Amino acid sequence: MSFIPAKLETTPRRSVGTQPTRNAMKFLQAKLLVLPAVLVIGIFLVVPLLIIVTYSFLEPATFGGVVWTFSTEAYTQFLFERDIFDDTLAFNTSYLQIFSRSVFLAVTATVISLIIGFPTAYFIATRSEKQKNILIFLITLPFWTNLLIRTYCVLLILRDDGIVNSIAIGLNIYDTPVTYLYNNFAMGAGLVYSYLPFMILPLYANLERMDKRVIEAAYDLYATPLRVFTHVILPHARSGIIGGCLLVFIPSLGTYLVPDMLGGGGKLLIGNLIAMQFGMSRNWPFGAALAVILLAAILVVLMVAAGRIRASRAALEGH
Amino acid sequence: MGILSHKKPKSIVSFRGFGLVTGLCLFILYVPMMVLVFFSFNANRAVTVWGGFSFQWYVKAASNSGLQNAALNSLTVAVIATTLATAIATAAALATGRGQRFRGAQSFYMLVNLPLMLPEIIIAVGTLSFFALAGMQLSLVTIVIAHTVFCIPFAYLPIRSRLETMDGRLEEAAADLYASPFEAFRYVTMPLLMPGIVAGAMLAFVVSLDDFIITAMVAGAGSGTLPVYVYTQLKQGVTPEINAISTVLLAVSVVLVSASYFVSQAGSKTVRTSV
Repeated sequence: MSFIPAKLETTPRRSVGTQPTRNAMKFLQAKLLVLPAVLVIGIFLVVPLLIIVTYSFLEPATFGGVVWTFSTEAYTQFLFERDIFDDTLAFNTSYLQIFSRSVFLAVTATVISLIIGFPTAYFIATRSEKQKNILIFLITLPFWTNLLIRTYCVLLILRDDGIVNSIAIGLNIYDTPVTYLYNNFAMGAGLVYSYLPFMILPLYANLERMDKRVIEAAYDLYATPLRVFTHVILPHARSGIIGGCLLVFIPSLGTYLVPDMLGGGGKLLIGNLIAMQFGMSRNWPFGAALAVILLAAILVVLMVAAGRIRASRAALEGH
Repeated sequence: MGILSHKKPKSIVSFRGFGLVTGLCLFILYVPMMVLVFFSFNANRAVTVWGGFSFQWYVKAASNSGLQNAALNSLTVAVIATTLATAIATAAALATGRGQRFRGAQSFYMLVNLPLMLPEIIIAVGTLSFFALAGMQLSLVTIVIAHTVFCIPFAYLPIRSRLETMDGRLEEAAADLYASPFEAFRYVTMPLLMPGIVAGAMLAFVVSLDDFIITAMVAGAGSGTLPVYVYTQLKQGVTPEINAISTVLLAVSVVLVSASYFVSQAGSKTVRTSV
């Protein structure tokens, strides 16, 4: 069974059903069978997304919810602060800062995951069949375990009286606890820990399929290991790298738990800013606008990535 | 760990140090969880200061009524959502893998996987807005609906990949032996597909059991699930009891995912030997 997250399997394999099979299966009316899935996802996921877009152009009601008056105030609020006395707008970077902090952390977590994940994926892809299975199982297991609890584990480790400080003080490396929590470092560590398997799985899927004889051929042609790595393996793994980066980047950008538990109150990211607008702040249109902005950012990244993947496929086939 | 060391003749495709990175990677992934499990048996009140072995926090957790209520909610939601999502996903997988080809199959595939592609926070606020607009009271019902939606792809993928590895000729053979389409489906397709369905259902169950942010958004008063309960407790301060609860939740996930893995492994062996 494939434990590889769906997001990378770009296209479904075409149904191989030959004529007799299809006859045997003809009572399976395809349209009828997909209907429940289409209805459930359509009504309870696509419609909510449309509602969010609509809400972002409305005015907030006092106790949460919206007033049905068209307004672009929510988007204005992202960039400007409206003076409550004379209604003038002043450029305000505080939300922009939160957004760029989110992007910065997501990029950092993605890069670190790639640095750890690539050698791991490659190593596993070159093991024997049995070892591959065990190792991939070990990598996937954390992927399925509770994110809240895993974030809590990071908290336990990085606390002032946590295991890192205890060991360091025990070994006399330093004698007063160092604060690791509630800063960008803790959040980055939390993100890498949460999403590292997402990087390894697509890379592994990609490298596993690679014809290893190409590497041997490169060595026969007197390539150095470094050259083999940069000129043979990396170009081949391009789509896996892009896939893995997307799978780490997208959830990292929208993360709620990591900033909430490891970032402390002062270090907001876009994910908890959105949640806050729907909770305490009770400004649904602004929260909806933030969600739309996040969604737009992700769409742009996805489109760029899709272009890159297509280009690298074309390049590989061209050779 | 024997797997990680290059013992025998060094393969030309290996790179020096990659095994070490793999070891580091597994270390990063597992040590935090082990620390949690370790300290859940701590007799000391202070969470991270070791004071001897004890089961007391498990005992204390088991007799906590708020926790029992949350656990019951979690189970109820997970069982219903898993059943619904697996049924919907099985139908969808059969349609895309075995049924007649239909127009829009490509867009359907994207739609089914949509819950996986969106950041959870966006799904959470979207679903909340939907229920608010529809005038639905937040309760266990709203949680079940939300869970069913995001569980569908997790159930769909194993079932679909199982269908792809199944030999279509077995169904043809059944038809040759005068099985009606329904009989071929009932006595050939379904039994062979079962491991995929079981694996998919287990994963859907785990995913439902684990969700925090979407549940927290659409849970009404008193309908919080285990993760929501743990989160609320964490906000009041870290206690050893949370370590015990978290360890149990962790163990449930590990057992279910391992079981799902072995069911599908065993299943693929049967297919291979039976052909």
